Amino acid sequence: MQQDQLLELIEQKDEKSFDYLYDMYAQSLFGVINAVVKNKAQAEDVLQEVMVKIWENLDSYKKEKGRFYTWIVNIARNAAIDKYRSKAYKKQRQNLSTDNFVSILEGSYNLGRLTNAIGIEAFVKKLKPKCIKIIDLLFYKGFTQKEAAEDLSIPLGTLKTRNRACINDLRTLLNVK
Amino acid sequence: MSTQEYIDSGILELYVYGSLSKDEAREVQEMIAKHPEIKKEVEAIEEAVIRLSSSAAPYLPAVNYQRIKEELFTNSAKVKTLRKTSWATYTGWAAALLLLIASAVFYNQYQSNEEVLKVVTTEKEELQKDKKQLENVQEEYAITLNILRDKNTSVVPLEGQKNYSNAYAQAYYNKESKEVIIDAQGLPEPPKGMVYQVWSLQFDPLTPTSVGLLEEFKTNDSKLFRVAEAPSAEAFGITLEPAGGSETPTMDKLYTLGKV
Repeated sequence: MQQDQLLELIEQKDEKSFDYLYDMYAQSLFGVINAVVKNKAQAEDVLQEVMVKIWENLDSYKKEKGRFYTWIVNIARNAAIDKYRSKAYKKQRQNLSTDNFVSILEGSYNLGRLTNAIGIEAFVKKLKPKCIKIIDLLFYKGFTQKEAAEDLSIPLGTLKTRNRACINDLRTLLNVK
Repeated sequence: MSTQEYIDSGILELYVYGSLSKDEAREVQEMIAKHPEIKKEVEAIEEAVIRLSSSAAPYLPAVNYQRIKEELFTNSAKVKTLRKTSWATYTGWAAALLLLIASAVFYNQYQSNEEVLKVVTTEKEELQKDKKQLENVQEEYAITLNILRDKNTSVVPLEGQKNYSNAYAQAYYNKESKEVIIDAQGLPEPPKGMVYQVWSLQFDPLTPTSVGLLEEFKTNDSKLFRVAEAPSAEAFGITLEPAGGSETPTMDKLYTLGKV
């Protein structure tokens, strides 16, 4: 299902349309939240907060301002970042600041339990390290172009085309045309 | 600019992420409305990032879905409006009076039921909390066990130093994944307001890097602590520091030390 069909459905605001919404996006938002807070139990709490917020503010989403997914992933990111900051962050985390979404794949324990991720480790590892970094900053952490370019010390134009090339790699690996 | 050049510029990816300014996003919206191939491209990009983030996530237990649904869909019965007709007004008043009397009676019953319900709900919440905690502990154990079993993990004995010759600890260090687990069974309980801090050391020049605190020492029955990864440890040391840890190790409170 694409977003246009979903949006028609969720105008009903009933339980069934919520199920569609959850099926389509909850796991993805959970991935984004978990990459920021890095604690599964807390990520579950944030996800709940986020899904409730999305549902209760559906009316404030305006189709002409952008993709629905962009709107909800932004809500998820902001909630996760708030949580991350409020944790009065402990020293033991300091050394982990360079962590990214891939690090959660490294414990084979997680991998065994991944639902729809057969072979995901193999494919994520095929992504170039610079791609992982760039996707992590722009998509997962929600950096602006300028912030990301500064962080990586590359010009804005390079950032855009490099990111495009990385997403193309990802699409080839996932066979999304 | 042709649509292909527009697509190749990489602006659509940023549009999906949400990292464009309002003006830039509006421009993309206009392009999408005009060119179906741009819309298709946006949908493909979105699908790719959704699949990436869905896959690179820990297992999401179904109980979360239940929790959220409960929060959203219980206690939200819809109120229907009555049609206004004159007979409805009179019978309405009569019904209201009856209802008032009846509700006084029911209210008392309701209150005592409510009390019972509250107690049961609290109990249920407590149990759920316990269960969750156990799940977390179990998960933590499983991760720890995996690290300990790994063939790249070596044991580093940390011997007691000077005034603390009775102290003893062990570090399990995985040279591949850089993960570190500290077994602190042989350390005395830290005094109030103090905490053990673990350092990874590099020689030449001697550089200590904090890899974490052994927090909640007393309540951790196994005394196994997973600390941060140590990219290039040549030795590990444990010092006693004020709560919250220190920037640099307090050398006269160095309890144990051992070379990798």
